[in-house]
Amino acid sequence: MSEMTTLAPPEVPTWRMYRAMVGIGLLCGLLIVSVFQLTTPIIAKNRAEALQKAVFEVLPGAASSKTFVREGDRFVPLPDGASDSPGVGEERVYAGYDQGGALVGVAIEAEGMGYADVIKVLYGYGFDQSAIVGLKVLESKETPGLGDKIEKDPAFRENFQALDVSLDGSGKAASHPIEVVPHGTKTSPWQIDAITGATISSKAIGGLLGKSTAYWMPILAPRRGDFEESR
Amino acid sequence: MTTAGSQSDPRTTDEFIKGLWRDNPVFVQVLGMCPVLAVTNTARNALAMGLATMFVLVMSNIVVSSIRNFIPKQVRIATFILVIATFVTIVDYVIQAISLDLHKALGAFISLIVVNCVILGRAEAFASKNKIVPSALDGLGMGLGFTFALLCLGVVRELLGSGAIFGVHVFPDRYQDWVIMILPSGGFFTLGAWLLVFNAIKKRKANAAGTAKEAA
Repeated sequence: MSEMTTLAPPEVPTWRMYRAMVGIGLLCGLLIVSVFQLTTPIIAKNRAEALQKAVFEVLPGAASSKTFVREGDRFVPLPDGASDSPGVGEERVYAGYDQGGALVGVAIEAEGMGYADVIKVLYGYGFDQSAIVGLKVLESKETPGLGDKIEKDPAFRENFQALDVSLDGSGKAASHPIEVVPHGTKTSPWQIDAITGATISSKAIGGLLGKSTAYWMPILAPRRGDFEESR
Repeated sequence: MTTAGSQSDPRTTDEFIKGLWRDNPVFVQVLGMCPVLAVTNTARNALAMGLATMFVLVMSNIVVSSIRNFIPKQVRIATFILVIATFVTIVDYVIQAISLDLHKALGAFISLIVVNCVILGRAEAFASKNKIVPSALDGLGMGLGFTFALLCLGVVRELLGSGAIFGVHVFPDRYQDWVIMILPSGGFFTLGAWLLVFNAIKKRKANAAGTAKEAA
Protein backbone atom coordinates (compact mmCIF):
# COMPACT_ATOMS: atom_id res chain seq x y z
CA MET A 1 0.00 0.00 0.00
CA SER A 2 2.99 2.28 0.55
CA GLU A 3 3.94 1.88 -3.11
CA MET A 4 0.59 3.21 -4.32
CA THR A 5 1.17 6.73 -5.51
CA THR A 6 -1.56 7.06 -8.10
CA LEU A 7 -4.60 9.18 -7.40
CA ALA A 8 -6.92 6.36 -8.39
CA PRO A 9 -8.35 4.45 -5.38
CA PRO A 10 -6.07 1.57 -4.39
CA GLU A 11 -7.13 -1.81 -5.68
CA VAL A 12 -8.88 -3.43 -2.76
CA PRO A 13 -10.84 -6.52 -3.71
CA THR A 14 -14.49 -6.18 -2.77
CA TRP A 15 -14.39 -9.42 -0.85
CA ARG A 16 -11.86 -7.91 1.57
CA MET A 17 -14.26 -5.12 2.40
CA TYR A 18 -17.04 -7.62 2.88
CA ARG A 19 -14.80 -9.76 5.03
CA ALA A 20 -13.89 -6.82 7.24
CA MET A 21 -17.43 -5.54 7.68
CA VAL A 22 -19.11 -8.91 8.10
CA GLY A 23 -16.39 -10.03 10.50
CA ILE A 24 -16.69 -6.93 12.68
CA GLY A 25 -20.47 -7.05 12.43
CA LEU A 26 -20.56 -10.64 13.68
CA LEU A 27 -18.23 -9.86 16.57
CA CYS A 28 -20.26 -6.79 17.55
CA GLY A 29 -23.49 -8.77 17.33
CA LEU A 30 -22.09 -11.47 19.54
CA LEU A 31 -20.94 -8.90 22.09
CA ILE A 32 -24.33 -7.16 22.21
CA VAL A 33 -26.22 -10.42 22.54
CA SER A 34 -24.07 -11.58 25.45
CA VAL A 35 -24.44 -8.27 27.29
CA PHE A 36 -28.19 -8.33 26.60
CA GLN A 37 -28.45 -11.86 28.03
CA LEU A 38 -26.51 -10.83 31.13
CA THR A 39 -28.39 -7.63 31.89
CA THR A 40 -31.98 -8.48 30.93
CA PRO A 41 -32.85 -10.34 34.15
CA ILE A 42 -31.28 -7.57 36.26
CA ILE A 43 -33.20 -4.87 34.37
CA ALA A 44 -36.47 -6.80 34.74
CA LYS A 45 -35.81 -7.15 38.47
CA ASN A 46 -35.06 -3.41 38.77
CA ARG A 47 -38.31 -2.57 36.93
CA ALA A 48 -40.36 -4.86 39.16
CA GLU A 49 -38.74 -3.42 42.29
CA ALA A 50 -39.33 0.15 41.16
CA LEU A 51 -43.00 -0.62 40.49
CA GLN A 52 -43.38 -2.41 43.83
CA LYS A 53 -41.81 0.54 45.63
CA ALA A 54 -44.18 2.91 43.86
CA VAL A 55 -47.17 0.72 44.79
CA PHE A 56 -46.14 0.75 48.46
CA GLU A 57 -45.72 4.50 48.28
CA VAL A 58 -49.26 5.17 47.04
CA LEU A 59 -50.86 2.59 49.35
CA PRO A 60 -49.68 3.53 52.85
CA GLY A 61 -49.36 0.44 55.03
CA ALA A 62 -48.99 -2.02 52.17
CA ALA A 63 -46.34 -4.70 52.65
CA SER A 64 -46.89 -6.91 49.63
CA SER A 65 -48.45 -6.48 46.24
CA LYS A 66 -49.99 -8.53 43.49
CA THR A 67 -50.72 -7.70 39.86
CA PHE A 68 -54.23 -8.15 38.48
CA VAL A 69 -55.51 -8.09 34.92
CA ARG A 70 -58.94 -6.84 33.95
CA GLU A 71 -61.11 -9.38 32.17
CA GLY A 72 -64.38 -7.78 31.15
CA ASP A 73 -65.88 -6.54 34.39
CA ARG A 74 -63.81 -8.70 36.72
CA PHE A 75 -60.20 -8.86 37.82
CA VAL A 76 -58.01 -11.96 37.78
CA PRO A 77 -54.49 -12.38 39.15
CA LEU A 78 -51.74 -12.11 36.56
CA PRO A 79 -50.68 -15.65 35.65
CA ASP A 80 -47.16 -16.62 36.70
CA GLY A 81 -44.55 -16.16 34.04
CA ALA A 82 -46.51 -13.52 32.14
CA SER A 83 -44.54 -10.81 30.40
CA ASP A 84 -43.47 -7.80 32.48
CA SER A 85 -45.01 -5.25 30.19
CA PRO A 86 -48.75 -5.34 29.55
CA GLY A 87 -49.84 -6.50 26.11
CA VAL A 88 -51.93 -4.40 23.75
CA GLY A 89 -55.30 -3.59 25.27
CA GLU A 90 -54.41 -5.37 28.50
CA GLU A 91 -55.22 -3.37 31.62
CA ARG A 92 -53.34 -4.00 34.82
CA VAL A 93 -53.86 -2.84 38.37
CA TYR A 94 -51.78 -3.57 41.45
CA ALA A 95 -53.38 -4.63 44.71
CA GLY A 96 -51.54 -3.92 47.96
CA TYR A 97 -51.91 -5.95 51.18
CA ASP A 98 -50.77 -5.13 54.71
CA GLN A 99 -48.73 -7.34 57.09
CA GLY A 100 -51.78 -9.39 58.03
CA GLY A 101 -52.75 -9.94 54.39
CA ALA A 102 -55.75 -7.62 54.46
CA LEU A 103 -56.42 -5.58 51.33
CA VAL A 104 -55.18 -1.99 51.63
CA GLY A 105 -56.22 -0.82 48.20
CA VAL A 106 -55.45 -0.89 44.52
CA ALA A 107 -52.81 1.11 42.66
CA ILE A 108 -53.72 2.31 39.18
CA GLU A 109 -51.62 3.94 36.49
CA ALA A 110 -52.95 7.03 34.74
CA GLU A 111 -51.60 9.53 32.30
CA GLY A 112 -52.57 12.83 30.75
CA MET A 113 -51.12 15.82 28.98
CA GLY A 114 -49.23 18.24 31.20
CA TYR A 115 -47.65 21.59 30.41
CA ALA A 116 -44.56 20.17 28.71
CA ASP A 117 -45.28 16.54 27.93
CA VAL A 118 -47.38 13.59 29.05
CA ILE A 119 -47.47 13.15 32.83
CA LYS A 120 -47.66 9.57 34.09
CA VAL A 121 -48.80 8.88 37.63
CA LEU A 122 -49.63 5.96 39.86
CA TYR A 123 -52.39 6.47 42.41
CA GLY A 124 -53.72 4.35 45.21
CA TYR A 125 -57.44 3.74 45.71
CA GLY A 126 -58.67 2.71 49.14
CA PHE A 127 -61.95 0.75 49.16
CA ASP A 128 -62.71 1.64 52.81
CA GLN A 129 -62.27 5.36 52.25
CA SER A 130 -63.68 5.42 48.69
CA ALA A 131 -60.83 7.82 48.11
CA ILE A 132 -57.43 8.26 46.55
CA VAL A 133 -54.98 7.58 49.35
CA GLY A 134 -51.67 8.28 47.61
CA LEU A 135 -50.17 9.57 44.40
CA LYS A 136 -46.75 9.27 42.82
CA VAL A 137 -45.61 10.96 39.63
CA LEU A 138 -43.85 8.30 37.57
CA GLU A 139 -42.87 10.45 34.61
CA SER A 140 -43.05 14.15 33.89
CA LYS A 141 -41.07 16.76 32.02
CA GLU A 142 -42.73 19.72 33.72
CA THR A 143 -40.73 22.95 34.07
CA PRO A 144 -38.07 22.55 36.76
CA GLY A 145 -38.77 24.81 39.71
CA LEU A 146 -42.40 25.45 38.78
CA GLY A 147 -44.39 22.57 37.27
CA ASP A 148 -42.20 19.88 38.75
CA LYS A 149 -43.49 20.86 42.20
CA ILE A 150 -46.31 18.38 41.53
CA GLU A 151 -43.74 15.74 42.42
CA LYS A 152 -42.38 17.17 45.67
CA ASP A 153 -44.46 20.04 47.06
CA PRO A 154 -45.64 18.76 50.47
CA ALA A 155 -48.78 20.92 50.57
CA PHE A 156 -49.82 19.68 47.13
CA ARG A 157 -49.09 16.07 48.03
CA GLU A 158 -51.39 16.35 51.04
CA ASN A 159 -54.29 16.60 48.59
CA PHE A 160 -53.86 12.95 47.76
CA GLN A 161 -53.92 11.51 51.26
CA ALA A 162 -57.72 11.37 51.12
CA LEU A 163 -59.18 12.66 47.88
CA ASP A 164 -62.83 11.69 47.71
CA VAL A 165 -63.78 9.72 44.59
CA SER A 166 -66.91 7.99 45.92
CA LEU A 167 -69.65 7.03 43.46
CA ASP A 168 -73.19 8.39 43.51
CA GLY A 169 -76.30 6.28 44.05
CA SER A 170 -76.31 4.88 40.50
CA GLY A 171 -72.79 3.51 40.89
CA LYS A 172 -71.99 4.81 37.41
CA ALA A 173 -70.61 8.29 38.10
CA ALA A 174 -68.69 10.13 40.78
CA SER A 175 -70.80 11.80 43.44
CA HIS A 176 -68.49 14.80 43.21
CA PRO A 177 -66.12 15.07 40.24
CA ILE A 178 -62.57 16.05 41.20
CA GLU A 179 -62.08 19.82 41.10
CA VAL A 180 -58.89 21.84 41.06
CA VAL A 181 -59.25 25.06 43.09
CA PRO A 182 -56.86 28.03 43.51
CA HIS A 183 -54.30 27.67 46.29
CA GLY A 184 -55.73 28.07 49.77
CA THR A 185 -59.41 27.73 48.83
CA LYS A 186 -59.87 23.99 49.29
CA THR A 187 -62.99 23.29 51.36
CA SER A 188 -64.23 19.83 50.33
CA PRO A 189 -62.50 16.45 50.18
CA TRP A 190 -62.96 16.16 46.41
CA GLN A 191 -61.06 19.35 45.70
CA ILE A 192 -57.38 19.67 44.85
CA ASP A 193 -55.54 22.70 46.20
CA ALA A 194 -53.47 23.93 43.23
CA ILE A 195 -49.85 25.08 43.44
CA THR A 196 -49.31 28.80 42.92
CA GLY A 197 -47.24 29.25 39.77
CA ALA A 198 -47.97 25.73 38.57
CA THR A 199 -51.66 26.02 37.80
CA ILE A 200 -51.47 24.19 34.47
CA SER A 201 -49.57 21.25 35.91
CA SER A 202 -51.93 21.08 38.91
CA LYS A 203 -54.95 21.13 36.63
CA ALA A 204 -53.34 18.44 34.48
CA ILE A 205 -53.08 16.18 37.52
CA GLY A 206 -56.69 16.90 38.46
CA GLY A 207 -57.80 16.27 34.89
CA LEU A 208 -56.03 12.99 34.45
CA LEU A 209 -57.21 11.74 37.85
CA GLY A 210 -60.78 12.77 37.05
CA LYS A 211 -60.69 10.93 33.73
CA SER A 212 -59.05 7.84 35.16
CA THR A 213 -61.35 7.59 38.19
CA ALA A 214 -64.46 8.17 36.04
CA TYR A 215 -63.35 5.15 34.03
CA TRP A 216 -62.11 2.89 36.80
CA MET A 217 -64.33 3.54 39.82
CA PRO A 218 -67.58 2.13 38.41
CA ILE A 219 -65.70 -1.05 37.43
CA LEU A 220 -63.42 -1.32 40.43
CA ALA A 221 -65.53 -0.29 43.41
CA PRO A 222 -67.98 -3.24 43.24
CA ARG A 223 -65.25 -5.81 42.65
CA ARG A 224 -63.45 -5.61 45.97
CA GLY A 225 -63.93 -9.35 46.37
CA ASP A 226 -61.78 -10.17 43.35
CA PHE A 227 -58.76 -8.84 45.16
CA GLU A 228 -59.54 -10.36 48.55
CA GLU A 229 -60.46 -13.89 47.42
CA SER A 230 -57.27 -14.62 45.59
CA ARG A 231 -55.21 -13.92 48.68
CA MET B 1 4.08 23.24 26.98
CA THR B 2 5.96 20.52 28.83
CA THR B 3 4.55 17.58 30.71
CA ALA B 4 5.67 17.47 34.29
CA GLY B 5 5.71 13.65 34.30
CA SER B 6 9.08 11.98 34.79
CA GLN B 7 7.93 8.60 33.42
CA SER B 8 10.27 6.49 31.35
CA ASP B 9 8.25 7.17 28.20
CA PRO B 10 7.32 10.83 28.01
CA ARG B 11 5.38 10.32 24.79
CA THR B 12 2.95 7.84 26.35
CA THR B 13 2.40 10.14 29.30
CA ASP B 14 1.71 12.91 26.87
CA GLU B 15 -1.03 10.92 25.11
CA PHE B 16 -2.74 10.73 28.45
CA ILE B 17 -2.18 14.28 29.66
CA LYS B 18 -3.11 16.08 26.45
CA GLY B 19 -6.79 15.07 26.63
CA LEU B 20 -7.05 16.18 30.21
CA TRP B 21 -5.75 19.66 29.68
CA ARG B 22 -4.01 20.89 26.53
CA ASP B 23 -6.48 19.34 24.08
CA ASN B 24 -9.42 19.04 26.43
CA PRO B 25 -12.30 17.91 24.17
CA VAL B 26 -14.78 20.37 25.65
CA PHE B 27 -12.87 23.46 26.72
CA VAL B 28 -10.25 23.46 23.95
CA GLN B 29 -11.62 21.47 21.02
CA VAL B 30 -15.24 22.42 21.82
CA LEU B 31 -16.47 19.02 20.61
CA GLY B 32 -19.45 16.98 21.76
CA MET B 33 -21.42 20.01 22.93
CA CYS B 34 -24.80 18.27 22.85
CA PRO B 35 -24.39 16.15 26.01
CA VAL B 36 -22.27 18.88 27.58
CA LEU B 37 -25.21 21.28 27.52
CA ALA B 38 -28.05 18.81 27.90
CA VAL B 39 -27.26 16.48 30.78
CA THR B 40 -25.16 18.61 33.11
CA ASN B 41 -28.06 19.90 35.20
CA THR B 42 -26.86 17.84 38.17
CA ALA B 43 -23.39 16.68 39.14
CA ARG B 44 -24.55 13.06 39.23
CA ASN B 45 -25.89 13.12 35.67
CA ALA B 46 -22.74 14.85 34.48
CA LEU B 47 -20.50 12.27 36.12
CA ALA B 48 -22.52 9.33 34.77
CA MET B 49 -22.55 10.77 31.27
CA GLY B 50 -18.82 11.46 31.42
CA LEU B 51 -17.99 7.94 32.60
CA ALA B 52 -20.26 6.35 29.99
CA THR B 53 -18.60 8.39 27.26
CA MET B 54 -15.17 7.54 28.63
CA PHE B 55 -15.93 3.82 28.57
CA VAL B 56 -17.08 3.99 24.95
CA LEU B 57 -14.07 6.11 24.03
CA VAL B 58 -11.51 3.78 25.59
CA MET B 59 -13.09 0.58 24.28
CA SER B 60 -13.63 1.86 20.75
CA ASN B 61 -10.07 3.22 20.66
CA ILE B 62 -8.70 -0.16 21.73
CA VAL B 63 -10.79 -2.10 19.20
CA VAL B 64 -10.21 0.33 16.34
CA SER B 65 -6.48 0.32 17.03
CA SER B 66 -6.28 -3.46 17.13
CA ILE B 67 -8.14 -3.93 13.83
CA ARG B 68 -6.57 -0.98 12.03
CA ASN B 69 -4.47 -3.11 9.65
CA PHE B 70 -7.38 -5.40 8.84
CA ILE B 71 -9.83 -2.72 7.71
CA PRO B 72 -9.69 -1.46 4.11
CA LYS B 73 -9.64 2.32 3.97
CA GLN B 74 -12.91 2.54 2.03
CA VAL B 75 -15.03 1.02 4.77
CA ARG B 76 -13.21 2.33 7.83
CA ILE B 77 -15.78 4.94 8.92
CA ALA B 78 -18.62 2.45 8.63
CA THR B 79 -16.63 -0.05 10.67
CA PHE B 80 -15.73 2.51 13.34
CA ILE B 81 -19.35 3.51 13.70
CA LEU B 82 -20.33 -0.14 14.06
CA VAL B 83 -17.78 -0.61 16.83
CA ILE B 84 -18.85 2.59 18.61
CA ALA B 85 -22.54 1.74 18.33
CA THR B 86 -21.86 -1.67 19.85
CA PHE B 87 -20.24 -0.20 22.93
CA VAL B 88 -22.94 2.44 23.28
CA THR B 89 -25.58 -0.30 23.26
CA ILE B 90 -23.63 -2.13 25.94
CA VAL B 91 -23.39 1.01 28.06
CA ASP B 92 -27.13 1.55 27.63
CA TYR B 93 -27.95 -1.91 29.02
CA VAL B 94 -25.41 -1.66 31.80
CA ILE B 95 -26.75 1.70 33.01
CA GLN B 96 -30.29 0.28 32.98
CA ALA B 97 -29.05 -2.60 35.08
CA ILE B 98 -27.30 -0.27 37.52
CA SER B 99 -30.04 2.30 38.02
CA LEU B 100 -33.31 2.88 36.20
CA ASP B 101 -33.55 6.39 37.66
CA LEU B 102 -30.19 7.31 36.19
CA HIS B 103 -31.19 5.83 32.84
CA LYS B 104 -34.35 7.92 32.90
CA ALA B 105 -32.43 11.10 33.77
CA LEU B 106 -29.91 10.64 30.95
CA GLY B 107 -32.69 9.62 28.58
CA ALA B 108 -31.96 9.66 24.86
CA PHE B 109 -28.49 11.07 25.44
CA ILE B 110 -27.03 7.66 26.16
CA SER B 111 -27.91 6.42 22.68
CA LEU B 112 -26.67 9.70 21.30
CA ILE B 113 -23.14 8.92 22.52
CA VAL B 114 -22.88 7.20 19.12
CA VAL B 115 -22.83 10.54 17.37
CA ASN B 116 -20.55 12.27 19.87
CA CYS B 117 -17.87 13.58 17.53
CA VAL B 118 -15.17 13.22 20.19
CA ILE B 119 -15.38 9.44 19.86
CA LEU B 120 -15.35 9.10 16.08
CA GLY B 121 -12.79 11.90 16.00
CA ARG B 122 -10.37 10.00 18.24
CA ALA B 123 -10.94 6.74 16.37
CA GLU B 124 -10.18 8.36 13.03
CA ALA B 125 -7.47 10.82 14.08
CA PHE B 126 -5.59 8.69 16.60
CA ALA B 127 -6.55 5.06 17.13
CA SER B 128 -6.54 4.16 13.43
CA LYS B 129 -2.91 5.27 13.19
CA ASN B 130 -1.43 4.18 16.50
CA LYS B 131 -0.68 1.08 18.58
CA ILE B 132 -3.09 -0.25 21.17
CA VAL B 133 -1.49 1.10 24.36
CA PRO B 134 -1.15 4.72 23.25
CA SER B 135 -4.69 4.53 21.80
CA ALA B 136 -6.10 3.27 25.09
CA LEU B 137 -4.27 6.04 26.96
CA ASP B 138 -5.50 8.61 24.45
CA GLY B 139 -9.07 7.41 24.99
CA LEU B 140 -8.64 7.44 28.76
CA GLY B 141 -7.16 10.94 28.75
CA MET B 142 -9.81 12.35 26.43
CA GLY B 143 -12.53 10.55 28.39
CA LEU B 144 -11.29 11.91 31.70
CA GLY B 145 -10.98 15.36 30.19
CA PHE B 146 -14.58 15.11 28.95
CA THR B 147 -15.78 13.87 32.34
CA PHE B 148 -13.89 16.64 34.10
CA ALA B 149 -15.48 19.26 31.84
CA LEU B 150 -18.97 17.83 32.36
CA LEU B 151 -18.42 17.81 36.12
CA CYS B 152 -17.25 21.45 36.03
CA LEU B 153 -20.59 22.38 34.46
CA GLY B 154 -22.69 19.97 36.50
CA VAL B 155 -21.37 21.09 39.88
CA VAL B 156 -21.91 24.79 39.16
CA ARG B 157 -25.37 24.27 37.69
CA GLU B 158 -26.58 22.03 40.48
CA LEU B 159 -25.12 24.30 43.16
CA LEU B 160 -26.80 27.44 41.83
CA GLY B 161 -29.90 25.74 40.43
CA SER B 162 -30.81 23.48 43.34
CA GLY B 163 -28.44 24.60 46.13
CA ALA B 164 -26.93 21.12 46.30
CA ILE B 165 -23.96 19.06 45.12
CA PHE B 166 -24.53 15.39 44.27
CA GLY B 167 -27.98 15.73 45.85
CA VAL B 168 -26.58 16.93 49.21
CA HIS B 169 -27.93 20.33 50.18
CA VAL B 170 -25.18 22.80 51.00
CA PHE B 171 -27.04 26.09 50.98
CA PRO B 172 -29.47 27.06 53.74
CA ASP B 173 -33.19 26.53 53.05
CA ARG B 174 -33.62 30.28 52.64
CA TYR B 175 -31.58 30.08 49.42
CA GLN B 176 -33.77 30.83 46.40
CA ASP B 177 -32.84 28.40 43.60
CA TRP B 178 -31.73 29.91 40.32
CA VAL B 179 -34.10 27.83 38.25
CA ILE B 180 -32.55 29.09 35.02
CA MET B 181 -29.34 27.23 35.80
CA ILE B 182 -30.99 23.81 35.47
CA LEU B 183 -32.85 24.87 32.33
CA PRO B 184 -31.03 24.56 28.98
CA SER B 185 -30.06 28.23 28.91
CA GLY B 186 -28.15 27.75 32.17
CA GLY B 187 -25.93 25.28 30.34
CA PHE B 188 -24.90 27.92 27.85
CA PHE B 189 -24.18 30.49 30.58
CA THR B 190 -22.08 28.04 32.57
CA LEU B 191 -20.18 26.81 29.52
CA GLY B 192 -19.44 30.40 28.53
CA ALA B 193 -18.18 31.21 32.02
CA TRP B 194 -15.90 28.17 32.12
CA LEU B 195 -14.50 28.89 28.63
CA LEU B 196 -13.70 32.38 29.89
CA VAL B 197 -11.89 30.99 32.90
CA PHE B 198 -9.90 28.42 30.93
CA ASN B 199 -8.91 30.85 28.23
CA ALA B 200 -7.79 33.37 30.85
CA ILE B 201 -5.63 30.73 32.55
CA LYS B 202 -4.13 29.70 29.24
CA LYS B 203 -3.36 33.25 28.25
CA ARG B 204 -1.65 33.98 31.55
CA LYS B 205 0.46 30.84 31.25
CA ALA B 206 1.44 31.73 27.72
CA ASN B 207 2.41 35.25 28.75
CA ALA B 208 4.32 34.07 31.80
CA ALA B 209 6.28 31.56 29.79
CA GLY B 210 7.08 34.29 27.32
CA THR B 211 6.93 31.84 24.50
CA ALA B 212 6.38 32.96 20.98
CA LYS B 213 3.89 30.17 20.49
CA GLU B 214 0.42 31.62 20.54
CA ALA B 215 -2.31 29.81 22.40
CA ALA B 216 -4.70 29.24 19.52
